[in-house]
Amino acid sequence: MKNTQNVTIKGTKDGLTLHLDDTCSYEELKKELDRKLANTSKAQEEDRLLTVKVKVGNRYLSHGQQEELKDLIRQKRNLLVDVIETNVMTIAEAEELRQENEIVSVARIVRSGQVLEITGDLLLIGDVNPGGTVKASGNVFVMGSLKGIAHAGCNGNEQAVIGASSMKPSQLRIAGCISRAPDQLPNEDGKAMECAYISEDQQIVIDRLQTLMKIRPNLTRFEGGR
Amino acid sequence: MGEAIVVTSGKGGVGKTTTSANIGTALALQGKRVCLVDTDIGLRNLDVVMGLENRIIYDLVDVIQGRCKIHQALVKDKRFEDKLYLLPAAQTSDKTAVQPEEMKKLIDELKQDYDYIIIDCPAGIEQGYRNAVAGADRAIVVTTPEVSAVRDADRIIGLLEKEENVEPPKLVINRIRNHLMKNGDMLDVDEVTSHLSIGLIGIVADDDEVIKASNHGEPIALNPNSKASIAYRNIARRILGESVPLQQLDSGDEGMFTKIKRFFGVRS
Ligand SMILES: Nc1ncnc2c1ncn2[C@@H]1O[C@H](COP(=O)(O)OP(=O)(O)O)[C@@H](O)[C@H]1O
Ligand SMILES: [Mg+2]
Repeated sequence: MKNTQNVTIKGTKDGLTLHLDDTCSYEELKKELDRKLANTSKAQEEDRLLTVKVKVGNRYLSHGQQEELKDLIRQKRNLLVDVIETNVMTIAEAEELRQENEIVSVARIVRSGQVLEITGDLLLIGDVNPGGTVKASGNVFVMGSLKGIAHAGCNGNEQAVIGASSMKPSQLRIAGCISRAPDQLPNEDGKAMECAYISEDQQIVIDRLQTLMKIRPNLTRFEGGR
Repeated sequence: MGEAIVVTSGKGGVGKTTTSANIGTALALQGKRVCLVDTDIGLRNLDVVMGLENRIIYDLVDVIQGRCKIHQALVKDKRFEDKLYLLPAAQTSDKTAVQPEEMKKLIDELKQDYDYIIIDCPAGIEQGYRNAVAGADRAIVVTTPEVSAVRDADRIIGLLEKEENVEPPKLVINRIRNHLMKNGDMLDVDEVTSHLSIGLIGIVADDDEVIKASNHGEPIALNPNSKASIAYRNIARRILGESVPLQQLDSGDEGMFTKIKRFFGVRS
């Protein structure tokens, strides 16, 4: 039997970390993992559920393989996989990530009956008229007036926000939350430069644009500088 | 080679047929050779408004299905010296009797003989609309200052903007009632124009004379003394490229006047 360790286990105060070697074959890795974990669970007779972090280095694991490893580890009574950390991703995944983080600027009017849907953050240079819809997987920023429907975080991101120079929407949606316009707009002029976000009690709240820098500091992408 | 202008709106009853008849009449009065084309198959009424109903022998569907030549179907308006013709819609067929490509071919043929082809579009956004737009070079969107009409105009403008062969559409605001607008009970010209953000080519007051004239088969543009007539004639002049200030809706109202002046300033 080889002497090299393909699976090493380290204990930290936050739980266990499994380091899986990235040069051996996947099958070899599974076999050794099975053997190692069988040993440890015998050694540790506590009932407490332990979370493990799995680090796989430069190995690419498909979604199916990730599930398989999680299952394998979960079969050991008191181990639960928290995350699988890898250094690599496919080009398709990288492209998706890039799109998710892109600001897409569009100069047009989204008219009644039209739907503008993008991946990433939307910067609309124009209006959304009543009956028109804008959708983004990230944030929605409308430089003109928002009179139709805006849906931010349309793939489920509850951190997404909506901002508009003139906020008179017929409906706002963020992730799975929907809020319809109040039947009576309190103050027409007070509707300049506003934003909408999901508050802690899972409600869509409309507020001054300036609140965003406090509640969503991650909106700032600029790093470094003076 | 002439130009084809489609007059459309989305919503029915806002004044497409009235606008088509009067712009056509006003262009003919300016000495242009004009052919009006009614594409509202099944609900034709441009012929009635023009007072030409009794002279119809063939119609648009007859031409497209090859039952007659174009010139046989064209109805000549005797009030003008060989300047104004009408191609009537069929009353018996339905909109699916004509395809957009056939329509385009027909309009292209008419463009050889006329300076302006004015195409009266049916309400809606289905096949009738697509037929009407198929051969057009320019588009006029008619709306009234009502929220529902403006909403439909917005929808239509969105569709027109996708048509590669049609210039950006121009707006006519029809049936303006000054007292309602002044009291804020109706959208004002400014609100409608900024909402739709397209160029304004004319505003027409709500005027009983328009209805009377239509009922007599004499488009109001033939009457030089009515305000609505001047409005339609002004639209015709703007189509011809002249820069004509917008009509004053109410001479006693300074607020409106400055508004209109501002408009003109912006547009000229
Ligand atoms: N400026 C106007 N003032 C008064 N009545 C008008 C005006 N424009 C149109 N109308 C009337 O409104 C009705 C609908 O107009 P029409 O041109 O047939 O609309 P559409 O072709 O869009 O259905 C008609 O009775 C017409 O006489
Ligand atoms: Mg009509």
